[in-house]
Amino acid sequence: MAFGAFATATTAAEPAARRKSPIALLLLLPGLFYLGLFFLVPLLSLVITSLQEPDPLIFGQYQNAFRWENYVTVLEQYWPQAVRSFGFAAVATLCALLIGFPLAYFIGITLRRWPLLQALALVLVIAPFFISFLLRTIAWKQIFSDEGPVVGFLQSLAILPPGVAITGSAFAVIFGLTYNFIPFMTLPIYTSLERLDLRYVEAGGDLYASPRSTFFRVTLPLAAPGIMSGTLLTFIPAAGDYINASREFLGSTDTAMIGNVIEANFLVLQNFPAAAALSLVLMAAILVLVSVYVKRSGTEDLL
Amino acid sequence: MSNSAVPQGGFAEAGADLELVGITKRFPGFTAIEDLDLRIPAGSFFALLGPSGCGKTTTLRLIAGLEEPTAGRILIGGKDVTSTKAFQRPVNTVFQSYALFPHMTILENVAFGLKRRKVANADALAHEALRLVELDHVSARKPAQLSGGQQQRVALARAVVNRPALLLLDEPLGALDLKLRRQMQIELKDIQDTVGLTFLHVTHDQEEAMTMADTVAVMNKGVIEQMGPPQELYELPRTAFVATFLGQSNLMTGRVVSSGGTSMVVDVAAGQVEVPAERAQRTSGEVVVGIRPEKVTLHASDPGRQTGRNVVGPGRITDVSFSGVSTQYEITSPALGVFTVFAQNTSISRMHHDGDEVWMSWEVGHTFGLADEPSSVSANRFADDTDTSMIATQRREQLEAELEGA
Amino acid sequence: MRGFGKYAIWVYSAIALTFLMIPIVYTIVFSFNDSRRTNIVWRGFTLDNWLNVCEAQGVCQAFANSILIGVVATILATTLGTMIAIALVRYRFRFRSATTLLLFLPMATPEVVLGAGLAAQFLQAGVPKGIGTIILAHTMFCISFVVVTVRARVASLDPALEEAGRDLYGSPRAVFWRITFPLLLPGIIAAALLSFALSFDDFIITNFNRGADVTFPSYVYTAAARGIPAEANVIASGVFLLAIVLVVVSQVSAAARRRRLAKAS
Repeated sequence: MAFGAFATATTAAEPAARRKSPIALLLLLPGLFYLGLFFLVPLLSLVITSLQEPDPLIFGQYQNAFRWENYVTVLEQYWPQAVRSFGFAAVATLCALLIGFPLAYFIGITLRRWPLLQALALVLVIAPFFISFLLRTIAWKQIFSDEGPVVGFLQSLAILPPGVAITGSAFAVIFGLTYNFIPFMTLPIYTSLERLDLRYVEAGGDLYASPRSTFFRVTLPLAAPGIMSGTLLTFIPAAGDYINASREFLGSTDTAMIGNVIEANFLVLQNFPAAAALSLVLMAAILVLVSVYVKRSGTEDLL
Repeated sequence: MSNSAVPQGGFAEAGADLELVGITKRFPGFTAIEDLDLRIPAGSFFALLGPSGCGKTTTLRLIAGLEEPTAGRILIGGKDVTSTKAFQRPVNTVFQSYALFPHMTILENVAFGLKRRKVANADALAHEALRLVELDHVSARKPAQLSGGQQQRVALARAVVNRPALLLLDEPLGALDLKLRRQMQIELKDIQDTVGLTFLHVTHDQEEAMTMADTVAVMNKGVIEQMGPPQELYELPRTAFVATFLGQSNLMTGRVVSSGGTSMVVDVAAGQVEVPAERAQRTSGEVVVGIRPEKVTLHASDPGRQTGRNVVGPGRITDVSFSGVSTQYEITSPALGVFTVFAQNTSISRMHHDGDEVWMSWEVGHTFGLADEPSSVSANRFADDTDTSMIATQRREQLEAELEGA
Repeated sequence: MRGFGKYAIWVYSAIALTFLMIPIVYTIVFSFNDSRRTNIVWRGFTLDNWLNVCEAQGVCQAFANSILIGVVATILATTLGTMIAIALVRYRFRFRSATTLLLFLPMATPEVVLGAGLAAQFLQAGVPKGIGTIILAHTMFCISFVVVTVRARVASLDPALEEAGRDLYGSPRAVFWRITFPLLLPGIIAAALLSFALSFDDFIITNFNRGADVTFPSYVYTAAARGIPAEANVIASGVFLLAIVLVVVSQVSAAARRRRLAKAS
């Protein structure tokens, strides 16, 4: 599965000696050319766009320039949204891990003796993939809406003061992000735990280790590649997400993340240089964070 | 491609000769085979025997066309096939892992080769081949539904059905347990007798090679050390490697003190050993001579010089292991190192005990003189050093085998 | 403590799985809502939404666009990605690490950056945005996922099988189509399904590159401002149920096959 994308341990040893052959180029070139044209060139387009300046004659048009001040401007203007994005993404990743790890452990290890239950639980984890991301989020919005069951319940218990909404709050956005990325966290961890040989755990018990130290010294390190893969698969899209934080969904203007700002600048305000500059800032920040994280986890060969 | 080499659908009457001329195969970093010459006559059952990493599997893959030689020529039935691809050669292989196609039924597996050559009645021939290995009743199953032994027989049928000029067997019995192995060995031999193909069997199991093949070639480090019928290899090994790889041998080093006419005499410190001239590869200077453990008789006292017998000793028995039919003694002496003797437990032989002082004697005619330089051979007197160097060699061979397999 | 811990994980996981199901159940239930203009409050059960899905303005067109885009992007991405996967496992070539980096980066780049980048490119090149640009965009981000999925399958393929094919008179073409390809097929199908799912549910990249054309997710996004019609729930629920049936059928048949194999050996 592609959920192991970020984990090295899932890559099998190469069985055959690799040959040198012109066929390799034939196989590689179309795909790599495609990625070059529609991934690398767009990044270059972003760089060019981010340095453009407004056309002095036609309003709403931009011309090529070298206006690096664009970056300063967007950072000055949007640093709260940028910081919020990474904050929200980090908290959501942590929450997803707290829910996803026990779930993955349960499915991968506890349910091993019941293959049918295991398969069922796995289908339930994958199920959210099959229903529209947007509709799931809308469903939460309606559940949390002022007329919805949750607000009414909390108000009747006087936990939530009247007149305070859940939707539009930071809590709702983080909640939505967490919910939406739980499967991305659970599946890679499940994949690494599924292959975990229970004899290791038993050996840990044999060697007079308490269940707690067996868990921390045996199970957790063996699940590490899955955890690493899961956190990246959650954090990266969460940091760039703008559905959950959007006003029409779980957020409000107070919860806007960097994705919302990029979207608004690009598609609504048509301030392309600002949107491009912000995109590059986001990408650079994520690449730095990911490479630090990957280095610290000691896995470098990523694909 | 001549019709005799690749029968188009018909059953071949017999296999074809295989000839390797000056074959060399180099991989990045090491040489697997060095200037190999080999001729296998049509219809024979030929075994290529050697430890893992000796180059035997590479030889097989070169013949099958799965590797290209760095230098040299390969001829099948007199025709040069060096530059042809695997699928164009009249050769079929029974792979070590069987390599049955998991997505096809047994019948489809067996008929695969015939269908690629557009043989008309492929399915009928495949059924016939399956009957030969007594597996026609599972022809509709998938390989994963068969046991290891059954898979092995399907692999054999899949190769034999094509009536190749040459059938290559790459340790096909390696994955089977002992009982199945024995059974398969007999079956293989039967099939060879029935269909009369040329079989080339690659194995590291000396017993398998000895029981099945008419001719055995012992391979080591990319070269063939010795080749011949199994008994001849056993009775008259020409190198220390053959002497120790095929069964056990007691090797002794010494200087030739006299040589001439029908025999030579070697001074081996614990006595003088006479070797018939026709059994000696070298006749001067420092030489290595040997004797098989079961040819040796033990004496409780010095039997003295006798014509026609070699006597060495004394030594002290350091280990006795009784195995019913025979008893194995290990005798240690400062001059000989460790000497092994197998004694048949007949009524007239008497038991010796741990710690006894004994002398060893054997018929001159059983002695063999090896071609190796004494310095390159770890004879018994250097037993202690041998072990570590052997481990190192084996380790290297293992690595090479891995590289070769990779 | 231990006994308690044993039950705790069952309870915790049951709650977590229920939590995952809530919005799905909600969406399906509200596809049967007898809604008038907005589909927020429950007004009673009806099958009308299911029977007249296309009545809501534009929802069927959006769904059809999504299917078309998903199918074309899946075919393109699966073909290109499978070729790369085979090359990565089987061949030696220069710039291997640059290649793996190029394949990894699209997966590590936030969608909003991918979307904005492509949009900027189309803007500069003067390419009009529409279904065509959406397909180009979707193919791009699906390739990497295909490579990862198929690559695992290629790596687990025993090279002796292909050698056996060559040994048994199979020409390179015959060996590829009769042995390699059928054995890779489960991986390729998995990759294609993954691609289709990614494409079908993508909103962010689509939104930057769709122009005036509407896909199902972008329909939902636009409708969110004024209230999503129940027909959208019908389509989402229909797709969901179909996918679940497919998954369950494949799981059950795989389990049955395993049992048959276990019995035979």
